[in-house]
Amino acid sequence: MSKVTNEEIIGLITAKFGDKVIIEGEPYGMLTVETSREAIIEFLGFLKEDAALKFGFLTDITAVHYPDLEKQTGVVYHLHSLVNNIRIRIKVFLADGDVHIPSATVLWDGANWMERETYDFFGVDFVGHPDLRRILNVDDMTVFPMRREYPLEDPNRVDKKDYFFGR
Amino acid sequence: MQNHPVFTDNDPQSELSTLNLGPTHPATHGVFQNVLQLDGERIVSGVSTIGYIHRAFEKIAEHRPFYQITPLTDRLNYCSSPINNMGWHMTVEKLLNIQLPKRVDYLRVIIMELARISDHIVCNGVLGVDTGAFTGFLYMMEFREHIYEIYEEICGSRLTTNVGRIGGFERNFNEIFFSKVRKFLVDFPKGLAEFESLFNRNRIFIDRTKGVAAVSPETALSYSWTGPILRATGVDYDVRAMNPYSSYQDFDFEVPVGTRGDVYDRFLVRNEEMKQSMRMIDQALKMIEKEDPTIFHADVPEYYLPPKEEVYNNMEALIYHFKIVMGEVETPVGEVYHSVEGANGELGFYLVNDGGRSPYRLHFRRPSFINYQMYAPMSRGMLLSDAIINMSSLNVIAGELDA
Repeated sequence: MSKVTNEEIIGLITAKFGDKVIIEGEPYGMLTVETSREAIIEFLGFLKEDAALKFGFLTDITAVHYPDLEKQTGVVYHLHSLVNNIRIRIKVFLADGDVHIPSATVLWDGANWMERETYDFFGVDFVGHPDLRRILNVDDMTVFPMRREYPLEDPNRVDKKDYFFGR
Repeated sequence: MQNHPVFTDNDPQSELSTLNLGPTHPATHGVFQNVLQLDGERIVSGVSTIGYIHRAFEKIAEHRPFYQITPLTDRLNYCSSPINNMGWHMTVEKLLNIQLPKRVDYLRVIIMELARISDHIVCNGVLGVDTGAFTGFLYMMEFREHIYEIYEEICGSRLTTNVGRIGGFERNFNEIFFSKVRKFLVDFPKGLAEFESLFNRNRIFIDRTKGVAAVSPETALSYSWTGPILRATGVDYDVRAMNPYSSYQDFDFEVPVGTRGDVYDRFLVRNEEMKQSMRMIDQALKMIEKEDPTIFHADVPEYYLPPKEEVYNNMEALIYHFKIVMGEVETPVGEVYHSVEGANGELGFYLVNDGGRSPYRLHFRRPSFINYQMYAPMSRGMLLSDAIINMSSLNVIAGELDA
């Protein structure tokens, strides 16, 4: 199947980045690594340009919110090497109140809307993004709804009170 | 890439005019708004506004048990719901490490390829409508109806199918289903040939589509394009071939690619994909005959909802039924990314599970969303009428765009 193995990728990454990139594991076969926002663009650029790896295809950018962790917001990148047919997942965790990370639009044009979506739902500030606006939610929304502290429904809703249903 | 609104000049001397294309314009086939600045008929710049039918599926999914997320996936790309349903089931099966019997895989392939055909029928038919040829659309709609009748046989629904379960299908496929599929395989090639003879060498159609919105493979990859529009540029990336799921590796099929990445190539690629889909359905029908005809789900009682009559008469089934419905089933903690080749691109599911009742986080990698972001930049310098057919050839579905 794939022409390079996860072990070879780990070897190349640790040789170049040392302890700047932490290998998390291989859940369900996909190599997962963690890095810092200082190293992220250099790391993504290395994965994209390296002659042996060629992770040239940006599959997805999203985020996950972990309110119990010290660094609450995890930005998750999925890259795909179409040449070697292997995927990699990269995570960067950001502390609350300091949720910014360099934009990947310098590497991929397609990162534009993915980062806008991540900003829209998690409030991640992508520094250097050409047009960081809300994309799916209304412009005058003040919260970032996919963060865990926001419930699915507004608890102040009055149109679903029991007396409307004769209860 | 400059994507900002640029309509700041209120210069009365300006010759440019602003046009609101959408949100509900008959030519946009959905709620898409593009604010275009026009110089005569030529587009100078444009800004896309999306999110008109955003329904917060990712948030809802964090509050639903796994089996209740299937209906949400229906409403992503509603032109080919079964692919979304199967993609979601397979994501959960990957998380739970469920191995499916071959027959289930092949049945899924039949359903998914029928869905792909129905999606391409709509896309290519509408492309014909937008270039002024209504006939092809009407001819092809008949076959979409046949596909929907096939869906009805297995799940009772037509558009939002909610077909299948985690671990297989809710019931075995009946003989009417198979006879309808066989009849479809005989009838559809004739219809497709007729459709192609209306368009493929039609001077007007070629003039309207050839060289329009041509995209280079480098640009397409940089914008993370997937699906037929990427393959039209010449990149042979197809999830079914690269990362086979649901036993696609057992099938003999080709990945059609274009050369110029224009609207005409996208049209041809989709037509060719329909033929490949028929090939696969034909092979699946033959391979199923060698499998045990009573198998339609994996033997995983702790995850697969048991049939109702067993729930009433069998203690174990009652327990499992209760545990599944009440969300008491143990699920492994972990994160999984699974993608399927949707009708318009790579449909990915990024699932983070904390062992609870619902996903901790579920993200849909929606091809429409990612493919559509190039629409405004690529419209620059294009004629308005070309921008319209470009939009229909991208096969962007509003439900998937806005999730």
